[in-house]
Amino acid sequence: MGNRSWFVKGLRDGFPICMGYFAVAFTLGIAAKNAGMTAFQAALTSLLVNASAGEFAGFTLIAAGASYLELAIMMLVANARYLLMSCALSQKLDEKTSLLHRMLIGFDLTDEIFGVSIAVPGKLKPIYTYGVILMALPGWSLGTYFGVLLGNILPAAVVSALSVGLYGMFLAIIIPPARENKVLAGIIIVSMALSYLATKTSFLQGSSSGTVIIVLTVVIAGVAAVLFPVKEEEDAE
Amino acid sequence: MQNNIWIYILIMAVVTYLIRVLPLTLIRREIKNKTIRSFLFYVPYVTLAVMTFPSILEATASPWSGALALVVGIVLAWKKAGLFAVSVLACVTVFVAERFL
Repeated sequence: MGNRSWFVKGLRDGFPICMGYFAVAFTLGIAAKNAGMTAFQAALTSLLVNASAGEFAGFTLIAAGASYLELAIMMLVANARYLLMSCALSQKLDEKTSLLHRMLIGFDLTDEIFGVSIAVPGKLKPIYTYGVILMALPGWSLGTYFGVLLGNILPAAVVSALSVGLYGMFLAIIIPPARENKVLAGIIIVSMALSYLATKTSFLQGSSSGTVIIVLTVVIAGVAAVLFPVKEEEDAE
Repeated sequence: MQNNIWIYILIMAVVTYLIRVLPLTLIRREIKNKTIRSFLFYVPYVTLAVMTFPSILEATASPWSGALALVVGIVLAWKKAGLFAVSVLACVTVFVAERFL
């Protein structure tokens, strides 16, 4: 297959991702609006960051007037999974792949784009991923843009409904793997329970919501990593 | 202190980019340490779970519609309905539930 066909295949595979991105990013735009951002600022953030959980956490912190350091640490924690994906994808590239290609692919390494890129047969041609990105990223950025704009115009009932869109997506990411992995299911339940306790009791009182997320993530994932080391086939994802 | 929104955006972009690009460009071989691998494996699940609950109860007009969306979302995700479907149907659940509450 030549470069041209790989690029076209990338565009085609990117189309359903673009559709999903638009809808989810729309709800992200509502969170950005709540943080006091303009449509342009939110669309620019989505163009540069393209990370649902990361951006959502970021907007939540910005809304709370968090410090720059808190925001940087939050980004590190919320996007830590991309470290693993980036490592995995490095094994999928031909060793001769240039630094420039690696830097461009890394720019838009999302769950979905990683998913389709790691699934191509043989080594990954960077041009394929560029096709996917070119199709999917505008959907993400424009969705955020319209989320900020129309979040104002839409009736309150619709905005209320759309606010759970991202949470729905988060559930769709964390629940299916928990079906086959009881440890993971237990960790998710413990995480939600401790998160609830943190908001309802004096435990971690006085910390911002971002700090609570960081502390709980590092502690729970750290304890889980020591108590339940992952078997190789489980993290092949 | 009034923080600058453009600096916030810059921090989000730079930190996220470095996370995505550094392993891809620097670490050409696999991470072997089992604890680090396990930690990185668990991180997204814990973060997303903590971010989802109990915030979902406060996101909607009534905590009950949020709770219902949570249940519907978990059931659909359990049945592997897919990212887009779970997200949209959680929204529909809230919209419909709030007509009756």
